[in-house]
Amino acid sequence: MPELPPLPTISQLVFTGFALFTCASALGVVLARNLFHGALALVATLFGVAGLYVMLEAEFLAVSQVLVYVGAIATLITFAIMLTRSMMYGKTSPLNRQWGKTGLFAVMIFLALYGFVGSIPWADSAPAVLADESMIAALGVEFVTNYVVAFEVMGLLLLVALVGAVMLARDNN
Amino acid sequence: MVPLTGYLLVGAFLFSAGLYGALARKNAIAVLMSIELMLNAANINLVAFWRYGDTPADLTGQVFAVLIIALAAAEAAVGLALIISVYRERKTVDLDELDLLAG
Amino acid sequence: MQGSTWSDGIVGLLTGLGLPDMLALGIAYGIGAFILVNFGMVSALLLIWITRKAISRMQDRLGPNRLGPYGLFQTVADAAKLISKEIITPSQSDFLAYNAAPILSVFGVLILLAVVPFAPGLVGMDLNVGVLFVVALGSIGVMAALMAGWGSNNKYALLAGFRVVAQLLSYEIPMVLSILTVVLVTGTMSFGRITEFQSLTIGGFNLGIGWLGIMMPAAMLIFFISSLAEAELTPFDLLEAESELIAGFHIEYSGMKFAMFFLAQFVNAWVLSALMAVLFLGGWQGPGVGLPVIGPILGLGYFFIKSYAIYVLQQWVRGTFPRIRIDQMMYFAWKVLVPASVALIVVQAIVQKLPVPDPVIYAFIFLANIGVIWVVVTALQRYIKSATMGTKRSFEPAGLIGTMQKADTYAMY
Repeated sequence: MPELPPLPTISQLVFTGFALFTCASALGVVLARNLFHGALALVATLFGVAGLYVMLEAEFLAVSQVLVYVGAIATLITFAIMLTRSMMYGKTSPLNRQWGKTGLFAVMIFLALYGFVGSIPWADSAPAVLADESMIAALGVEFVTNYVVAFEVMGLLLLVALVGAVMLARDNN
Repeated sequence: MVPLTGYLLVGAFLFSAGLYGALARKNAIAVLMSIELMLNAANINLVAFWRYGDTPADLTGQVFAVLIIALAAAEAAVGLALIISVYRERKTVDLDELDLLAG
Repeated sequence: MQGSTWSDGIVGLLTGLGLPDMLALGIAYGIGAFILVNFGMVSALLLIWITRKAISRMQDRLGPNRLGPYGLFQTVADAAKLISKEIITPSQSDFLAYNAAPILSVFGVLILLAVVPFAPGLVGMDLNVGVLFVVALGSIGVMAALMAGWGSNNKYALLAGFRVVAQLLSYEIPMVLSILTVVLVTGTMSFGRITEFQSLTIGGFNLGIGWLGIMMPAAMLIFFISSLAEAELTPFDLLEAESELIAGFHIEYSGMKFAMFFLAQFVNAWVLSALMAVLFLGGWQGPGVGLPVIGPILGLGYFFIKSYAIYVLQQWVRGTFPRIRIDQMMYFAWKVLVPASVALIVVQAIVQKLPVPDPVIYAFIFLANIGVIWVVVTALQRYIKSATMGTKRSFEPAGLIGTMQKADTYAMY
């Protein structure tokens, strides 16, 4: 009699839930005919990814994800959808001519990644991380020591993006 | 404990879905949303490798993930501003109809 | 999570019964979530009653006084009426967005209760990123407003949704920056530890009045003003403006769906006052919270007194000030509050690096706060003077004063 696989633990069940939720809403983003529903699916995906970060014990990242993506980016995208009246209620196909080839390509990429990921014996347990509070402090220290150049450049980039976005979107008339 | 493979597969799926959307959707905003999906896929991988690496005290993975989130914000702002100014000029954001440079 | 919290007892009991650890923890948190959510829903009844009573007293009315003692059960009757009302769905509304919006707006408020510390050890979950959590989950309300505005298939509702997004996003920035000043001082983002920081122990007895609001009045003021805007209260209630625009993004909702937006708004106002109590007025800190048995009970009492006092203060402001225009709203957020809070943060960051003992640093921070208040008030006065000097209209206050004097002279005879 073959040995039965062990019962899934609660964390595995929760992970499966988050993973399925994330993947299903990601499909919703790319397949939705109504672009506003696509944006809502994007919000759901971002929340799912935030949940995965929590499971990976990166709470700070999870909250930043919700703050930046849901609070700013998703709202911006929804605004842009409404401002450009680009709803496309099923009158024309939301896909262009090359959707068939692209779909095949995407499926092949996924299968290749699947095979690649599956073929390597990854570690299935992880060492313990730092205690909560000290990890956030350590992350802050990293930003002002080892990665200070990247941090500063990112600040500059955000400034340039801010000015550029205002200049581009401004109505000259 | 969830094996690392699970996270990597979610990342791979998000990336493939985003790739499909970026290449096959007509609407410029839909393409932008698909790119956001791909950035998220990369982030999942970075954080997962950080967590399952030998030295979680080395926070490089998280640092890069934070930088990518900031980058995504900048990209979305500029991209949407471009889309809105294109819409003002051409009254469409359908990428198939933006063919001024096509011969 | 801290050493001794409310959930430990339940977890201990359940694991004693032979349940696995994860399941016991899950059940304990389930019970906690159930209590918190129901507390939020029920307290909304009380909050609405307080609002109506406070506003009506300010307007020289009695307010609800028929049902129950002091009209306490008026809200219950209103809720029963709203539940029994017909639910009308506009034609061609977006099913998903229209129906999900009210649920999301309530969800986005109630989930914030999870990180509010009610008493020593009595907190749903003392997240180490609690402050960021509150700010991030606040954006759900913005999404809900947009979804309601779009889903209603009504252009006025959609415009109102845009107004909501513009206001909430604008005032989120000064609010976050003012919270950041607290985080800079305390060095933590967990509400539990921010509260513990505000103790003041003299001779081994915790007086509990080391409130940050005393040290940082400017930051507290900025937080209070932004919380008024976030809660959509007068003078920032131009999103709804019942007398001019009828209502906001929820114009197409009726019955219980409308009631959910209503509920979310009132609970949100209270959660923001509770956060202000925690961040600037010490939360559950007060004289005697360090005592063994009655300490937590006292703490719970202090917390509720503080948060409801701030809630009443909000209603006071609401009953006093006129509504401002949308351009004034934007002007105030971006040209007054944001620069002021950025100035506070810069000064504070420099001061905290000075090689002097803590009390001196706190004194400097206090002085910086007073300085910022003074500069802002002076600049605003000058601006308002220069803006009103140039215009001479028939309805200038001078004309009004003239008529009033005339009435006075008549009254003298």
